Amino acid sequence: MAIPLSHESLQAVGLTLKLAASTTALLLVVATPLAWWLSQTTSRWRAPIGALVTLPLVLPPTVLGFYLLVALGPQGPLGQFTQAMGWGVLSFTFTGLLIGSIIFSLPFAVQPIQHAFEAIGKRPMEVAATLRARPLDAFFTVALPLARPGIVTAAILSFAHTVGEFGVVLMIGGNIPGKTRVVSTQIYGHVEAMEYAQAHWLAAGMLLFSFAVLLGLALMKRRMDRILA
Amino acid sequence: MSRLMPIVLAALAWLAPAQAAEVSVAVAANFTAPMQKIAQTFEQDTGHKAILSFGSTGAFYAQIKNGAPFHMLLAADDETPAKLEREGLGVAGSRFTYATGRLVLWSRQPGLVDDKGEILRSGTFERLAIANPKLAPYGAAAIETMTKLGVLTEVQPKIVQGENIAQTYQFVATENAQLGFVALSQLMSDGGIAQGSAWIVPAHLHAPIRQDAVLLAPGKLNPAATALLAFLKNEKARAVIRAYGYEL
Repeated sequence: MAIPLSHESLQAVGLTLKLAASTTALLLVVATPLAWWLSQTTSRWRAPIGALVTLPLVLPPTVLGFYLLVALGPQGPLGQFTQAMGWGVLSFTFTGLLIGSIIFSLPFAVQPIQHAFEAIGKRPMEVAATLRARPLDAFFTVALPLARPGIVTAAILSFAHTVGEFGVVLMIGGNIPGKTRVVSTQIYGHVEAMEYAQAHWLAAGMLLFSFAVLLGLALMKRRMDRILA
Repeated sequence: MSRLMPIVLAALAWLAPAQAAEVSVAVAANFTAPMQKIAQTFEQDTGHKAILSFGSTGAFYAQIKNGAPFHMLLAADDETPAKLEREGLGVAGSRFTYATGRLVLWSRQPGLVDDKGEILRSGTFERLAIANPKLAPYGAAAIETMTKLGVLTEVQPKIVQGENIAQTYQFVATENAQLGFVALSQLMSDGGIAQGSAWIVPAHLHAPIRQDAVLLAPGKLNPAATALLAFLKNEKARAVIRAYGYEL
């Protein structure tokens, strides 16, 4: 049976996967040191920075999208910066969406990793230190491997959350096929244009994907718990 | 019996305001400002209350089809009301054009858009915002205009789409797009275009953007809905509609 999706819908699926994969990769790089710092520091900046990181979890995407649109615009601070660097204005580009997605999914990456680091406790790192491992060595050979379940959870959640992103993309995307039109905005377009059959196929696909991700995550957690027990 | 009279009178007095009914109206986003003004006058003149919801016509259609309790739809096009009537969700014979929209090529930058739209040929801009032509009549009119001018192929790679005309306006207002096709009604304040530079697209370059109203099945027996439908045809309302740059 042929897949009953239009070329445009398939293009949107491809773009969504590309955006989610890029966001996840970059997020792990950004979130891991941030989560480490949050788990270790006693600085008075810990609480405010922690709150800032969690903010995208509670803010409606319309707020994030609106501020991103203003900030990325030619008069906005980010827009002034990117123009000065010769990158042009980033709204309505894939890079713009990527920036938005990273901010939007930040708490989904930081929190599981931070919890994993906190669960390790001080002891393994102290043992590593007495064995004369330098802090950076100990981080890569002790802390990071021990935090692996948290990092895997962070990656899966970031990926899934980016696939499900809608409001931010709608606000800063500009609906350009192949560049900024992702599955969620494509579904919205189909619904608005009363093309319900196309909308159904994509929406059902999204539903199955999300369920599979959450189910997989739960099964993985159970296996990990059993191994640890 | 006479002992009951005061109670009956009290009950009647309590019921009397019920004659002032409520009408809930789904209004196309581009008609937000004039409708707020019209609703105010309507409430003062008739004592009825109009509860307004603003949004895109496509979304309203989906909601109405799924049982949304709107009494009336002021659409951004003439197709959706006709479709609702065919499907029995609109009251037959209640449809009429309450406004005809005007399309404007607009920029926040003074002097960027000339009064003939020649900028479209020059290509001296990076992004042009239009409303999604599949969803919004103003977007379809923008595509039609550029096709007639013979510039669509060159401009195409620079087009960014707003989901509706309100978002398209937002893209241009924040200067994320240097210029864009928006509704004249969005730019009008105190009888003129407030800022930037604009070209009001001549009406012969695109099919008229007819915005139709239709009474919906739940509003059939609602006196406030009937009153509002009549009020929209009244000269008081038409003057407001014209002042916002619509044609009638």
